[in-house]
Amino acid sequence: MTASHDLAARALAVGYGERTVIDDLDLQVPGGKMTAIVGANACGKSTLLRAMSRLLKPQRGQVLLDGREVHSMRSKELARTLGLLPQSPLAPEGITVADLVGRGRHPHQKLMARWSRDDDKAVADALEATDTVALAERPIDELSGGQRQRVWIVMALAQDTDVLLLDEPTTFLDVAHQVEVLDLLTDLNRDRGTTIVMVLHDLNMAARYAHHLVAMVEGRIHASGTPADVLNAQTVRAVFGMDAVIIDDPTSGAPLMLPLGRHHVAEREH
Amino acid sequence: MSAVISAPGSSVVVRRRSTRVRALWLVAAIVVLVGLACLSVAVGSRAVTWEEIGLGVTGHVDTIGQAAVYKRVPRTILAIVVGAALAVSGAVMQGVTRNPLADPGILGVTMGASLAVVTGIAWFGLFSVQGYIWTAIVGAGVTAVAVYAVGSLGRGGATPLKLALAGAATSAALTSLISAVVLPRGDIVEIVQSWQVGGVGGATYEPLATVAPFLVVGFVMSWGCSRWLNSMALGDEVAAGLGVKVAGARACAALGAVILAGAATAVAGPIAFVGLVVPHVCRLLVGVDHRWLIPFSAVVGACLVTTADVVGRLIAQPAEIQVGIVTAIVGAPVFIAIVRRTKVREL
Ligand SMILES: Nc1ncnc2c1ncn2[C@@H]1O[C@H](COP(=O)(O)OP(=O)(O)OP(=O)(O)O)[C@@H](O)[C@H]1O
Ligand SMILES: [Mg+2]
Repeated sequence: MTASHDLAARALAVGYGERTVIDDLDLQVPGGKMTAIVGANACGKSTLLRAMSRLLKPQRGQVLLDGREVHSMRSKELARTLGLLPQSPLAPEGITVADLVGRGRHPHQKLMARWSRDDDKAVADALEATDTVALAERPIDELSGGQRQRVWIVMALAQDTDVLLLDEPTTFLDVAHQVEVLDLLTDLNRDRGTTIVMVLHDLNMAARYAHHLVAMVEGRIHASGTPADVLNAQTVRAVFGMDAVIIDDPTSGAPLMLPLGRHHVAEREH
Repeated sequence: MSAVISAPGSSVVVRRRSTRVRALWLVAAIVVLVGLACLSVAVGSRAVTWEEIGLGVTGHVDTIGQAAVYKRVPRTILAIVVGAALAVSGAVMQGVTRNPLADPGILGVTMGASLAVVTGIAWFGLFSVQGYIWTAIVGAGVTAVAVYAVGSLGRGGATPLKLALAGAATSAALTSLISAVVLPRGDIVEIVQSWQVGGVGGATYEPLATVAPFLVVGFVMSWGCSRWLNSMALGDEVAAGLGVKVAGARACAALGAVILAGAATAVAGPIAFVGLVVPHVCRLLVGVDHRWLIPFSAVVGACLVTTADVVGRLIAQPAEIQVGIVTAIVGAPVFIAIVRRTKVREL
């Protein structure tokens, strides 16, 4: 079990250059739980994750990890506690899965030290935990999109952090692989107590897998709380500008959102 | 999903095995280099006997043959260190810019170093090797920054082709500037010309000793940055998430590469394509891990330039073709092959 960490944003304002994307945002990430951030395109979800992993410097306000400003922490120290999987990472041509996963060990290695047994073990554990051992020597460019996404998560696992931020880990995956990735993250959360913050586009997946749901609108947090509290017709309207019906998911008990478009909806088409 | 064989610890075994394969390649490359070095001492436009080789290497200069052998030793050492420096410089530049076309020649860095040295010779009476080296490094650094800035303008940042174009344009401009500096100076035309084609022919021990510390510093900086380069290969965001201070790491690695390219150019003139070709070949053999790629590139780069020098001595007897010309003949087709492969991805 890992220590539970306290990650929070206080009166946070971030943006690019002169432009402010997020203004005056407060967020408390529950430790040891899974949090999902949802919101329309360009509402600032990635920007929020970048600020929390200090890729972006706040214009105002702070991001606190266990009460300390992340921007005042040493970068390796932070990287041993908090990991980030960005929306579009790059893989050099020809890199093998084992090599890529091994690079997740960077924050645990001394400047000139050799590859250690701990590193070997962390890489082996991460590959085994995710059933990717058989892929270890394959070049990344020969994998399917789903396998590749999995390998990136394996790299994040090898980094072995107590807090893991993931930007759209399920985008481009078919429904079976989406479920697989979210199950994997749930295992990680249950077995190691890892605090997980993930940006998801699928509201129903978010409601099912997250303990805590955060809905963003134009750089602000519109609503946050348990999925049952947050996911309702008003929230969907405010976040996506779309009507919806919410029912109980018979398989999980979580709320289930059914979108209402202009067509193929019985009462609307008369 | 592919079939999964869950043998416990098997990934550890895999990793060990690939380490052994890489070590074997490195040893093999070193053996080849030693062979080439011997060859480079033994053959040349003057045929010598085994006895003369033995005596010449140990410093005897009693016959013309011995003297020829004696002179080939520093020349061989120069070819080795210049090849290693240029190849490592290319590997690091490719890593720093995440650009398969990066190379001290293509990015215009060697021409920047050349212009600086030529200007120094023509206007400031530059004559010492030490002076050449410092001037070349400054010229290389300024050009590297300028080309990167120009190549990053516009949408999409510094894409491989934009950077290569910026480098080519800069190289062309610098080449004409060099002519403009040299033309009115009949007295230095010859020095500059022989230096500019890229050669190791006239090597002696003195400049070698002067350039050695620069090359050592450049190599240590480059190799020391290899884990940062490994992280940055995954994108700046991933690297930062792994605890790398990206801007500092990039500057440090680039400085190492610039020192190597500048110092090599100062002692041997601009030699093209070594920094481009060698890292690509090495990646095929030892993979994309910079901790291996950089030392391996050094050895293979040394092999390439030594071979080019030997070939240049043999094919045009009794004259010699400068190494810079031979490497360009080898490198140009490789450059085209790489452009054709990356074009699909980048345009
Ligand atoms: N590197 C950048 N430079 C300048 N502006 C940016 C940059 N990245 C994002 N933005 C802008 O910031 C705003 C928020 O972008 P962000 O990437 O956080 O959105 P998002 O919620 O993650 O969207 P998506 O669901 O499409 O990933 C957008 O208007 C975007 O144009
Ligand atoms: Mg995003």
